[in-house]
Amino acid sequence: MATVDEKRKRILGYAAVVLFLLFLPILVPRFYIYILTVIFVTSILAMSLNLVAGHGGLFQFHHGVFYGIGAYTAALILAKTSLPPLVGFIAGPIAAAAAGLIIGLFCVRLSRLYFGMLQISLGSLVWAITFRWYDFTGGDDGIHGIPIPALLSSINRSYYFILTILVIVMILLYLILKSPFGGILQAIRDNPDRCAAVGINVRRHQLVAIVIATFFAGVAGVMFVVVEGTVFPDLMFWVLSLEIFIMCLLGGWFTFSGPILGAAIIVSLRTFAGVYTEYWTLILGIILILLIFFLPEGVMGFITEKMKGKEPEALRSTEKEVDQ
Amino acid sequence: MLTVKNLEKSFDDFKAVNRANLDVAEGEIVAVIGPNGAGKTTLFNLITGMLKPNGGTIQFKGEEISSLPPHRICKKGVARSFQVANIFHRLSAFRNVQVSVLSQQNKSMTLFHPAKRIAVQETYQILENVGLLDKSHKIAGSLSHGDQRILEIAIALGNKPSLLILDEPTAGMSPEETATTIALVKNLADAQGLTILFCEHDMDVVFGVANRIMVMEHGRTITQGKPDEVKKNQEVQRAYLGEE
Repeated sequence: MATVDEKRKRILGYAAVVLFLLFLPILVPRFYIYILTVIFVTSILAMSLNLVAGHGGLFQFHHGVFYGIGAYTAALILAKTSLPPLVGFIAGPIAAAAAGLIIGLFCVRLSRLYFGMLQISLGSLVWAITFRWYDFTGGDDGIHGIPIPALLSSINRSYYFILTILVIVMILLYLILKSPFGGILQAIRDNPDRCAAVGINVRRHQLVAIVIATFFAGVAGVMFVVVEGTVFPDLMFWVLSLEIFIMCLLGGWFTFSGPILGAAIIVSLRTFAGVYTEYWTLILGIILILLIFFLPEGVMGFITEKMKGKEPEALRSTEKEVDQ
Repeated sequence: MLTVKNLEKSFDDFKAVNRANLDVAEGEIVAVIGPNGAGKTTLFNLITGMLKPNGGTIQFKGEEISSLPPHRICKKGVARSFQVANIFHRLSAFRNVQVSVLSQQNKSMTLFHPAKRIAVQETYQILENVGLLDKSHKIAGSLSHGDQRILEIAIALGNKPSLLILDEPTAGMSPEETATTIALVKNLADAQGLTILFCEHDMDVVFGVANRIMVMEHGRTITQGKPDEVKKNQEVQRAYLGEE
């Protein structure tokens, strides 16, 4: 099959995009570099959610909590301890994954919508604690003026750093999706009963997927601290979690890079529509309604479908990998 | 190998399985027959752990399995196919079978190693054995009904079971497909020494393949025995065979 060619083309395409992004800071004003950096951070977050939501079929409705836990852990270590910053950078994702494990342990016992509802409840609990615990988390004020290592303090430097992290996260997630674990995660999404009947411990696989996804959400949280130098409880509010979910839907949640597109669209919309109106979520709502009616497979799903000119089979690209 | 005693399962007030008894010895091909709604599929769901019984015991190789979840029972060597093709419609035939092979090899948790290089030989071997090798890269949902049912059996074989349970393997098949499937089932039993438990409506298939037959009616076991004995049984003739 023509997959070798196709694969080479895809890798070349990605390389071209990265190369373009590497030279961008020379060409465009700082403001746009900042927006792009925010898009990168949000992309990591959306891709991490898509591992469980799109590929795992889990209604991970409160993913923002783990983003917040990653950010707060890093922020607290950077601002309130004299530990080396690297400790904070590593502790953030680990704390997020640990929270993912604990909340996940309760949630995987339930199915579908009930999973999502319990997660919103438990996540909101974390949000409420963060919001109220003034002595420790700074309450609704959050933590400001977090000392960022000099190496990353300028926007161009953090741009390059976060771009690197995004590329690493993408490679790791790609490898996971193509591994036996990733394949079986998708099989569980399509038919959990059959998976159990062939001897797969469905809950354990889902739990591992949640831990991996929340780890990467924690990575995104740490990156947020690097860009903004501040944290606040809104990072854990359910509205943000909803936004991440919409990014996955918008980009195409059965595709690999769709969430990046979704993140780019939402962040741009928030930034540029936000200039003109406070009610930018209204525009988001209209887009979402149009999306459900006209592009049920998301923007990326629509593009791949058009390019291949065949039936909207979400996993076709994955399938072709099998034909050696 | 498998011993089911006084098994009971009710849904609200309806007793789907009521004092069912079944013995399957190693190497046997055992058929479960009975009119529609006799509780055959429910019985299979109970044996494979997809439903929990209200009473009675299920022993596999001398071990009580009625309280175990489906994936644990499967790991003990009981694999099944489903009456309605229960496959991964969006995956290729190859990947359908690979799922169970990976599970059998305990590699379902492997990260960072491309799945297309794991368990490939074993998967192709199974597809070849069931005659689906030339269709291995077709999307399962696009296969013909007969091929989907064969794929269903192939997925179960990926688990290397010692007891294979088939729920109406030839339902909805054309006469040629039925013949192919029977040949396949016989071959699995003869060549690979699999113990097979199946239920079926087609009496020609049942009496042509089974070593022993268990007859169910209203969730109850009427009798079990050799095909000749079952044919002669008065109650069976009244309940089942007499209808036709």
